[in-house]
Amino acid sequence: MNKISASVFAASVATALSLVASAPASAAEPSKEKCYGIALKGQNDCAAGPGTTCAGTSKVDHQQNAWKLVPTGTCEAMKTPNGHGSLTQGPAPA
Amino acid sequence: MSLGTQRQFAAALTDPAVPVPQGLTAWNGPQPQRRFAVYRNNVVSGLTGAIASRFPAAETIVGEAFFSAMAAEFVRLHPPHSPLLLTYGDDFADFTERFEPARSIAYLPDVIRLEAARGKAYHAADAAPLDPAVLAVLSPERLADVVFVPHPSLSVLRSPHPIVTIWAMNAGEAELRPIEAWVSEDAIVVRPHMTVEVRRLPPGGAAFLQALAEGKRLAAAVDIASEDASAFDLSANLAGALQTGAFVAIR
Repeated sequence: MNKISASVFAASVATALSLVASAPASAAEPSKEKCYGIALKGQNDCAAGPGTTCAGTSKVDHQQNAWKLVPTGTCEAMKTPNGHGSLTQGPAPA
Repeated sequence: MSLGTQRQFAAALTDPAVPVPQGLTAWNGPQPQRRFAVYRNNVVSGLTGAIASRFPAAETIVGEAFFSAMAAEFVRLHPPHSPLLLTYGDDFADFTERFEPARSIAYLPDVIRLEAARGKAYHAADAAPLDPAVLAVLSPERLADVVFVPHPSLSVLRSPHPIVTIWAMNAGEAELRPIEAWVSEDAIVVRPHMTVEVRRLPPGGAAFLQALAEGKRLAAAVDIASEDASAFDLSANLAGALQTGAFVAIR
């Protein structure tokens, strides 16, 4: 058997589980959603056209195929000069 | 273009001492040296920029001028083998370890390893972390034999230097100030959801996580961790592993 007994082992695991259960907030990160069309140029989190390494590559402000992570539920409420943010990817800029 | 010309072209790209391959022509005349120099400069500065964007904390530590000179030397000696730049610089830490001018900054290679692990975690596959409830229903005997499946983004790093503190201060995560306790620090890097997390590990934590990630049974990993550090606390470490999302399933 191991250096610690099975009962001590089980107790430790139970303690660990209670520690996890008592601190759910630190485990669950605030949920985020990909929001298209709101990032300023060069500040997108990802996706701005095929073949790019994408993060920080959007060429214009509010590019509609570049997304940024925002707290869930806030995306479509964001107003930009081109209208509201969108949860779906828009066209590449002309 | 013949294979010989291609080789010469590639060699001349990263080494200005190598002559431009025979037979090249430029749009503005028969002498392509100037055009080739422009291309060479773009290649090196593009790759140097790729390295700088992957290791921003290291760049902050040594300064822009030092970093770009060091990165240019790396680019010259280690040109990329793949058109994908996601993994370019995986061996940058090993290079800086041997890079004479950086010798005095002993902790730099480990900070670069931490940043490389962050990049790896960022690009790793998405996976939902293990639900702790699956452990709660197991019998004590079964618990000892549990094998954990590591999260695809998981890295565990050990360093004789306070790398997490140094990284955090130079990545804007913590206030920059003198480090009072210059102690060794181990780190876990993982991306359980959308954000890459970096945490300092308690005593024995790195040995514990490394053993589990290698597929050791929980009881065996506890033995290894207790041997590594007598202060190893199973409850705290297991809770930490579950909270950070280091594992995705059990077997």
